Amino acid sequence: MSQPKNSYLVPTFATLSAIGFGVTLWLIYEYAPLDRVLFFNQKIFYFHVAHAFLLFVAVGVCGFGSVAFLKTRKPKWDDLALASAEVAVAFGAVVLITGSIWGKAAWDIWWSWEKRLTMSLLLWLTLVGYVLVRRFAGASADRLAAMLAVFGTVGVPFVYFMVDRSDRHPQSGAEGVVAKSQGEIKIVMWLCVATFLCWFLTLLIARIQSVRAEREVRELRERAMDTGVLQ
Amino acid sequence: MSLLRQAGRVAWKDLRIELRSKEIIYTMVFFGALIVIIFTIAFPRDVRLARGAAPGMLWSAIAFTGTIGLGRAFDRERENDTMRALLLSPAPRLAIFFGKAIGICALVILVTFVCTFLLSLLLGLSFFAHPLPLACALLLGAIGFSNVGTVFAATLLKVRSRDVLFPVIVYPLLVPMFIMGLYATDYLIAEKPNLDAAWEWIGFLGIYNGAFLVVSVWTFESVVIE
Repeated sequence: MSQPKNSYLVPTFATLSAIGFGVTLWLIYEYAPLDRVLFFNQKIFYFHVAHAFLLFVAVGVCGFGSVAFLKTRKPKWDDLALASAEVAVAFGAVVLITGSIWGKAAWDIWWSWEKRLTMSLLLWLTLVGYVLVRRFAGASADRLAAMLAVFGTVGVPFVYFMVDRSDRHPQSGAEGVVAKSQGEIKIVMWLCVATFLCWFLTLLIARIQSVRAEREVRELRERAMDTGVLQ
Repeated sequence: MSLLRQAGRVAWKDLRIELRSKEIIYTMVFFGALIVIIFTIAFPRDVRLARGAAPGMLWSAIAFTGTIGLGRAFDRERENDTMRALLLSPAPRLAIFFGKAIGICALVILVTFVCTFLLSLLLGLSFFAHPLPLACALLLGAIGFSNVGTVFAATLLKVRSRDVLFPVIVYPLLVPMFIMGLYATDYLIAEKPNLDAAWEWIGFLGIYNGAFLVVSVWTFESVVIE
């Protein structure tokens, strides 16, 4: 086992996201204008949307890694899928929590069973199931989890198909608030996405490295058992 | 053609075992009836309120009884390690998958029928006013359940904590489907039934089912290896 080749990546991205966090926080409160309807409450939008974007990126990475693992059986794809699923659980939790805080401010309820909220919750539950499988399913956990990830990823587009026009949740996509946002809001919004992308990459790469190390230790121990070095 | 015939053989094998012992049929049907009775006791019996709650009762009853039946059907394969024999047979994996799923689907359909009948009886609702769309929704639900359930139950066969993990894995994947089926049923048994809306939801259900069927066909071959 050797030092990870790209050991500079995690500190770099961690530093970038720390700087970005401070800068975006300042920009959100000092630079971005107040919303006409929601005033201060709209500020949570920047973090909520950035996390939602990265949740979908993480799920996409997890699905891609799982498909590649099922096709090639190379453990490096499995490491990628596992790491991104765990990061996706964290980002999904942030999306749901900031979303309910915003919902309380805007609609005066913490949660409503609108289709998009429901589907996001189900996606998050699937991810939690993924992590539980990895922990408790024993030897065949990698295949099982990969299959679960593929099923979960296939379900994701339905989040978009099932959105009603009558939904109170702001629309997304080409017609949505993000694409139509103007001026300062847009700049701050994309800076937030960039910041949390750095944070996402920090977590992802750190986790991939630790998952790989765990796997290598396990393989070494098995090899040592086979050759009789270890009892 | 030969794939279908082999799948039919596997399904017929399962069903014949079941017809001889009647273990799953009796327990599943009884369990389904119990759940429906518990639901009707637990929720208000005012007809107007019941109308809103009935689709949810029906689809949760299907999910719970299906889980019981599926678990038992695969336990049977594990007890004498017959799953290995089945996989060693010259039949292609796909035929085994389809056969297993068809066998389970038949049981789920039976239980669904009993639950629907019992619910309409206990709540005094006319479930069968529009039999064709209702049958389509319930059939698609049964197919979807047995499809996803079979894939994961087969993979979980050798896992120690399978009984806990199965619902943890399968329910989040199935809930979207149950929501679609629930909306369709809701429109069908409403005071003023809305057939167009119901068919739209049945269409969604079909698309979701189709997507999952493709995925399970693709993954079953690469995942279920001994």
